[in-house]
Amino acid sequence: MEKHDFDIIVIGGGHAGCEAAAVAARMGCRTALVSFTRDSIGAMSCNPAIGGLGKGHLVREVDAFDGLIARAADAAAIHYRMLNQSKGSAVQGPRVQADRNLYKAAIHHMLDAQDNLTIVEGEVAALRFTGDSSRQVSGVILADGSEISASAVILATGTFLGGKLYRGEERMVGGRTGENAATLLAEQLRDADLPMARLKTGTPPRIDGRTINWAALEEQPSDDGDWTMSPLTPHRSIPQIFCAITRTNAEAHNIIRSGLDRSPLFSGAIDAEGPRYCPSIEDKIFRFGDRDGHQVFLEPEGLDTHLVYPNGISTSLPTDIQVAMVRAMQGMENAEIVVPGYAVEYDHIDPRALDRNLAIREFEGLYCAGQINGTTGYEEAAAQGLIAGMAAACAIHGRDTPRLDRANSYLAVMVDDLTLQGVTEPYRMLTARAEYRLRLRANNASSRLTGIGMELGCIGADRRDWFAARESSKAEIMHGLSRQIASDKMIEAGFSVKADGAKQSLFDWLRFPNIALKDMQPFLPLMGDASDDLLVEIEEDARYAPYLVRQDAEMRDLRANEQIELGDHINYRAITGLSNEMVERLEKARPETLSAAGRVRGVTPAALVAIMVHVKRLAA
Amino acid sequence: MAAQDTIFALSSGQPPAAIAVMRISGTQAGAALQALGGSLPAPRQASLRQLVHPETGATLDHALVLWFPGPDTATGEDLAELHLHGGRAVVRAVETCLADMHGLRAAIAGEFTRRAFLNGRMDLAEAEGLGDLLTAESELQRQAAMSALSGRFSQAIESWREDILKLSARVEAELDFSDEDDVAAGALDALKVEASTMRSAIDAVLDQPSAEKLKEGIRVVLAGPPNSGKSTLINRLTEKEAAIVSDIAGTTRDIIEVPVAFQGIPFVFTDTAGLRDAEGDAIEKIGIERARTVIGEADIVLWLGAEGEGPQHPMLWEIEAQVDGTPPYAKSGADIRLSARTGENLDRLIAKLVSSASVLLPPPDSFAVNQRQRMHLLNVSTALTSIAELEDYLLIGEELRLARAALDGLLGSTHTEDMLDALFGRFCIGK
Repeated sequence: MEKHDFDIIVIGGGHAGCEAAAVAARMGCRTALVSFTRDSIGAMSCNPAIGGLGKGHLVREVDAFDGLIARAADAAAIHYRMLNQSKGSAVQGPRVQADRNLYKAAIHHMLDAQDNLTIVEGEVAALRFTGDSSRQVSGVILADGSEISASAVILATGTFLGGKLYRGEERMVGGRTGENAATLLAEQLRDADLPMARLKTGTPPRIDGRTINWAALEEQPSDDGDWTMSPLTPHRSIPQIFCAITRTNAEAHNIIRSGLDRSPLFSGAIDAEGPRYCPSIEDKIFRFGDRDGHQVFLEPEGLDTHLVYPNGISTSLPTDIQVAMVRAMQGMENAEIVVPGYAVEYDHIDPRALDRNLAIREFEGLYCAGQINGTTGYEEAAAQGLIAGMAAACAIHGRDTPRLDRANSYLAVMVDDLTLQGVTEPYRMLTARAEYRLRLRANNASSRLTGIGMELGCIGADRRDWFAARESSKAEIMHGLSRQIASDKMIEAGFSVKADGAKQSLFDWLRFPNIALKDMQPFLPLMGDASDDLLVEIEEDARYAPYLVRQDAEMRDLRANEQIELGDHINYRAITGLSNEMVERLEKARPETLSAAGRVRGVTPAALVAIMVHVKRLAA
Repeated sequence: MAAQDTIFALSSGQPPAAIAVMRISGTQAGAALQALGGSLPAPRQASLRQLVHPETGATLDHALVLWFPGPDTATGEDLAELHLHGGRAVVRAVETCLADMHGLRAAIAGEFTRRAFLNGRMDLAEAEGLGDLLTAESELQRQAAMSALSGRFSQAIESWREDILKLSARVEAELDFSDEDDVAAGALDALKVEASTMRSAIDAVLDQPSAEKLKEGIRVVLAGPPNSGKSTLINRLTEKEAAIVSDIAGTTRDIIEVPVAFQGIPFVFTDTAGLRDAEGDAIEKIGIERARTVIGEADIVLWLGAEGEGPQHPMLWEIEAQVDGTPPYAKSGADIRLSARTGENLDRLIAKLVSSASVLLPPPDSFAVNQRQRMHLLNVSTALTSIAELEDYLLIGEELRLARAALDGLLGSTHTEDMLDALFGRFCIGK
């Protein structure tokens, strides 16, 4: 084999690219991270928030593999908020506001300290291929003509593919404002005949915080407590600031309506699909006209900037309408817009062309991660970067990729959704996407995944030590909780339980909502040393245990059907009983296992049996 | 795979009957038909053939035969049908002959339907409907089976599924979006009310008699002391079934079950005579024990003994028999006074039996659920019941997920995406 400059080249220094490069390097692969400029690596291009519902789970899972995003977020967090605090912990979402500059600095600091990782400044003009059918990727060619060789390339180019910006009647070509779109590379990918589609996303105007009348608005302080995004961050270290809440109102809605005919969304200029869940403000007014107002969160972008991100009014209306709309809201009467909002329309690869390693099936060694796959959000991007980076590194080492599935991680839920269902709107993680979310909690990500990470060799020494200590502490507590305690003893210890003489383990007693682990001190003397998050995790394991037991049969089915491999070359048209629609979807998604085929939308149990029979006949 | 075997089975109900239809499905069906009948008839046309034992040359029957080449057949395979004269001897001889042929074997229960299903000839709900149709012996059964086939059951499931998707969407909106505003607050109570309304609708279906009842028939047990006229009455009621009735004499120590249809409604008459007449303590004891079990399973008990001394049963009818002579048990409050010998008032008994079907059997224009469907619906009902006790949206979401999974088991699959469609179609979800 040709001696390459690197094992893996990652194109793009956003959240996906950084995680991909970092995990590959952690796994001992010689890795190059190629970015237009060194400075743009680790930039938060949109909303300065990290985490949230579903998204917070992804952040914790990436962190469980010793990824960057959670620690960088902690290093930059100026506002912490646990969403869904009042609901079951499995749907609680940790979220922070991050200072852009501090965040970027933290990412740079971690990448600089990473062995095996080289940052290359330059624009990738083209991919290089070798092999009989020119399907094996062998490196990249930069715009200055220089070449870098590698056995795998990870595309993490974000919206740079064919990006087009819209604001009222204005049109611009590019990804983010002020940056070039990677049009050459886009052409090559288009020529490669990959299935492509177009999506749109939007961003709100940025406001000068000095022109907002904060005193007139409801304040939203940072959460109490000292929880952090990464358990490896011992404490919050940055001064915490307030966010505030305002609302749109009838006047603002009228202003928006007056500009609808000039919005590219309604004039027909953009026909790509936007998201169902975070529509632009003009979409909201159009679709839900009966509402008298929509909440807008005013989120400061950092400690040393005056920019404020008004979360909830993403828009591509003309600038004059944006200004009038903003000024119609309470506290915003004198607000100045620094950068008007805009919509971006961009190409993405139909992720059904990817396998579960996020590798393009049609090529060898070419991976895609992040927005290029039709997702939205830093967290989704980072998570895909981790998956693609791990998979590429496993391929270099000739190892199997980790078996992540819908029952052990949101990471797998996302990859499975993307590669089987494709996207019809920018894909955003939601807890509702995870069937087994009772076991996939943001606060048990380490228990679920760090062990897998250690086997892969992507966990650094600090986290290995931390994890070992946590596991031994957990084992000790679990041992203590196996003690059988009769109800009269429980009552003696001050718990209010039925005096029916029933005897069960302390773990089983924890099932009752009025029995807390911290009150079990009389039975568990060693517990004092354990961290709060560990105690919470154990308590929730106990509380959800009856539900988890009920899922066991499903779990067995899921994993049994995951064992039935379908192979890459099934002729679905040869299977009688499949509708044309099913055949089409199955051909696009190419599910790798029977279980995955069952999750392709529209595939019925009858069809699944037919597929299984077909596969077994082929094997016979 | 076992699908390689060619299978055969009697598909027309147990002999004796006027005609017995033997079906053969699989790659060897054509060969088998040729071996028996000499040549393949034109596809899809009934032809008369002399069926001959391929080895001995003995004539088995003169039969109508049909030939349906696959894959456009009920099972998706080559299919042959032999319409035999319905005597037991003929059927048994043909069965023996087929079983001896290479590559053929008797089908196991439901195998034809399963093959149709595997070959993509029907979806699961249709498959179950057809399965019932194939074993249906009466008009009433046929109607109910047709109703499932034409998708009435599917429609009902579909509408429950929609309702549950909507509830799920609301719960998920609460979980994933309430912190982002734009979701109405305090909807928990309304949600519980709706869950409970839906549960009632499903329970109403569960409370209906099952499809098995339709297939098995209404169980009528004749009970009374020896010589109270049970055997005469059962013989008279089932006289069409002379062949089977004549079997009774030889097997008096067993429970005798005689299936009969009145006006298309299936009944199974059971005579407890043999059980009570037996002599010797041990057998008597077993007999009483079994009689009790039979009566426990009965839908209707015809009591021919002393008035008011019959077994406890919610539908016990006092019968005063032998009114043509001196009734052994004269009754002041008899439901029916009849004579099996003269036939007096037998028509009244039959009319009363037929009218009982309206309570005991699912109405033919509704759908009846079978055991498997019942199990899934019960799971839905259980999940909806649990919701009443829960305050945590997360756990309510889990119960609704289980309810969706159970409905999926009945019909097809719901994907999370369907729920998301419902979620986003209904709410303005802000960010």
